[in-house]
Amino acid sequence: MSEEVELLEEVSGAKGRRRLPLTGDYAAAYAVKAADVDVVAAYPITPQTPIVERISKFIADGELNAEMIHVESEHSALSACIGASAAGARVFTATSAQGLELMHEVINIASGMRLPIVMAVVARALSAPVSIHGDYGDVMSMKDTGWIIMIASNAQEVYDFVIMAFKIAENPSVLLPTAVAFDGFLTSHVMEPVEIYDDDYVRKFIPKSKWPHALDPRKPLTMNATALPEWYYEIRYQVIDALNKSYNVIREVMNEFNKYFNRNYRILDVYHMDDAEYALITYGAMWGFAREAIDRARARGVKVGGINFNLLRPIPTDKVVDLLSNVKSFIVIDKAFGYGAAGPLFTDIAAVLKIYDINTPGASATHGIGQRTMFVKDFERAIDLVVKVGNEGKSLKDVVHLGLRGWGETL
Amino acid sequence: MRVSNEGELAKWYEIPIAGVVNEPGNTAKIIVSGWRTFKPVIDQDKCTRCGICWMYCPEGAIKYVNKPYSTKKGINYGFTYEIDYDHCKGCRICVVECPVKAINAVREHE
Amino acid sequence: MSNIKVYYRTIRDLPLDEYLAPGSSACWGCGPLLAARWVTKVVGSNAIIVTATGCLYGVTAVYPYSSWKHPMIHVAFGNAPSVASGVETAIKVLKRKGEWDAGDTKVVVIAGDGATVDIGFGALSGMLERRHRVAYVLYDNEAYMSTGIQRSGSTPMYAWTTTTEIGKVRKGKLEPKKDVLSIILAHNPIYTASTTVAHIMDLANKVKKAVEYSSYGPTFVHVLAPCPTGWKYDESLTIEIAKLAVETGMWFNLEYEDGKLRVTTKVPKRKPVKEYLSLQGRFSHLTDDDIKIIQQMVDENVKKINEIVGEEAIGPLA
Repeated sequence: MSEEVELLEEVSGAKGRRRLPLTGDYAAAYAVKAADVDVVAAYPITPQTPIVERISKFIADGELNAEMIHVESEHSALSACIGASAAGARVFTATSAQGLELMHEVINIASGMRLPIVMAVVARALSAPVSIHGDYGDVMSMKDTGWIIMIASNAQEVYDFVIMAFKIAENPSVLLPTAVAFDGFLTSHVMEPVEIYDDDYVRKFIPKSKWPHALDPRKPLTMNATALPEWYYEIRYQVIDALNKSYNVIREVMNEFNKYFNRNYRILDVYHMDDAEYALITYGAMWGFAREAIDRARARGVKVGGINFNLLRPIPTDKVVDLLSNVKSFIVIDKAFGYGAAGPLFTDIAAVLKIYDINTPGASATHGIGQRTMFVKDFERAIDLVVKVGNEGKSLKDVVHLGLRGWGETL
Repeated sequence: MRVSNEGELAKWYEIPIAGVVNEPGNTAKIIVSGWRTFKPVIDQDKCTRCGICWMYCPEGAIKYVNKPYSTKKGINYGFTYEIDYDHCKGCRICVVECPVKAINAVREHE
Repeated sequence: MSNIKVYYRTIRDLPLDEYLAPGSSACWGCGPLLAARWVTKVVGSNAIIVTATGCLYGVTAVYPYSSWKHPMIHVAFGNAPSVASGVETAIKVLKRKGEWDAGDTKVVVIAGDGATVDIGFGALSGMLERRHRVAYVLYDNEAYMSTGIQRSGSTPMYAWTTTTEIGKVRKGKLEPKKDVLSIILAHNPIYTASTTVAHIMDLANKVKKAVEYSSYGPTFVHVLAPCPTGWKYDESLTIEIAKLAVETGMWFNLEYEDGKLRVTTKVPKRKPVKEYLSLQGRFSHLTDDDIKIIQQMVDENVKKINEIVGEEAIGPLA
């Protein structure tokens, strides 16, 4: 404990810390280097390509002692990660949209086999039609896979969350694959000032360990056998249990991270929520728009506050209950469609509120689909909507598709 | 992992992580003798200890044992091949492949 | 590399320790099981086995049982080569960082024809192209057997399977068997071989070579493993049928080493294909014309292979 305090003093004196102009993708690559990853197996796909490119450069320059498996498909990328992780190596991969879809056969296998793989998902819209641009359609398809899903809103968070992800994933009571998602292009390709830490300092935060079920010729075991109906339920339930247990681990790791690196991360970022009557809920890069719109609304005397989700799975139930019990209404801006249902995060939140018998009315909105340009005035419109819902006391029955040409003028 | 005779199966927290099987080769506990219609019987006097049956058995149910044996004709062998009847499924590959026809397929009692 | 010797000269040289326990739910007379029994015996204890979904995996690893005495990882149907690439790379890096203390661990894939020739084909090509140090053993039972005998790219021409049914309008698989060995050779692995479960000495030596050579790059062994359930023959004839496959020229036991391809099981006088086909129920619908076509195909293949190896390794019809 005292050793950590000494190092912190050294670091907060800016020793070992550097500030670099990095895009979100490069920030992820720097985090992978800091974490002393052993094996990277990834297939290039826009907008993830700078990650694998920068990692390749680190390896070529001898700055990262790792091997990159240049797999021939994303299905092979995650499969190779599973093999490498099963052998006890620290592994990383990254993908987007169609690549993630191709990985899907193996995604549940990664969680079922309890392997601490860390994956950056550079959120990109799903085909068809083809879009290389950013929305969270691909991330939302991972909700029910047993993966832990964190969402970063800027390049600094990408760097920090990827480092945290290794510590969370490799925790002995968790041992689940973890995804760190962030906006395609808006975060991945936008350069921001990122404070990076001394690699050795980071490695002391995430020391390596051996997971109990790693492949070892001296202790043979069989991984991923067939489970008949007498066994599948229980074996798969272990993933549910680990995901539930991971919530406390995530909170602890976040607190430790904050102390060790002098940061201030929360599972849910809050803005002006102390006295808020209405809540505006976002995730990812649009948090900036939300806060600007809130400032403008507050200037007009509207008591609205903002909540930004840094964790999608497991759902931070206690925080949702806490924050939404005392507001008159809430609106969720989802950067992904819910098909035949309300927006994906809205649906998760609505379920939590129902379970806890909280009657706060709400509205589901989408924006930024396929990286449709978002404007602050759109978020101001969302605030007008949530105020209306709050005053009428009734949820909106239809999903509001902000920014969609042809969406009804009158609401 | 527990699979007891009373049919009581292990609970989710009693199963090893990720459902790994950490008892290597434990299918050996499973007795498959009930599969057989015919049972191979080695005539140890005719057997020349060539090892072909041991080589060709898919299950590995023919064992090399360090048991010396003297045939009725006075030939002495330092070892013997014996069939593990718990794990023989009665495919009779050994019967077909034995070069001296020392293995007979005997009908199992039903 | 040419100083790698013949490992087993007689049956007495073959290793005694069993690494694949009996009691699996394999059919009686299962060719793939025999192949896997010998692969695991020959590989030595310091190895990690990667399997793909298929008959062998399906019968040997049903929770809470496993026949495997090696550490064995199974992931999915089409990704055994990718998983093996990951395991091999992890061991390489961990060794470099001084974090792998199990010594010189080999990585061996044992996969069926469905996983290798069809669904995992891209992954296999990638693994070979990247030169991973993996020994890949393909047990070929010529169909997707574990799901109930559906055709694969490796099913021979005119064979019956449940998806190439014998009916009024169509009879059996119309396409010839995929020549996977040529495709593997085009990737230039360190060592490639083909063998059958009837040639255990040959199989043991080739697999041992493949495993030893895998320290330098990818190696590949293709094993013909007859299946009594899918090929419809009496289960005691597995070895006889594999022998006939070679003796009729329907299968060649080959070896590609040091840049040269040779036929390792020479057949001075070839038996007519009818002797091989007539034993199997999956070919029982063949007419004499069908058999003639197959005979012609085999004659051409024999001519080709003799040309490639530069000698009459496979002789004329007796």
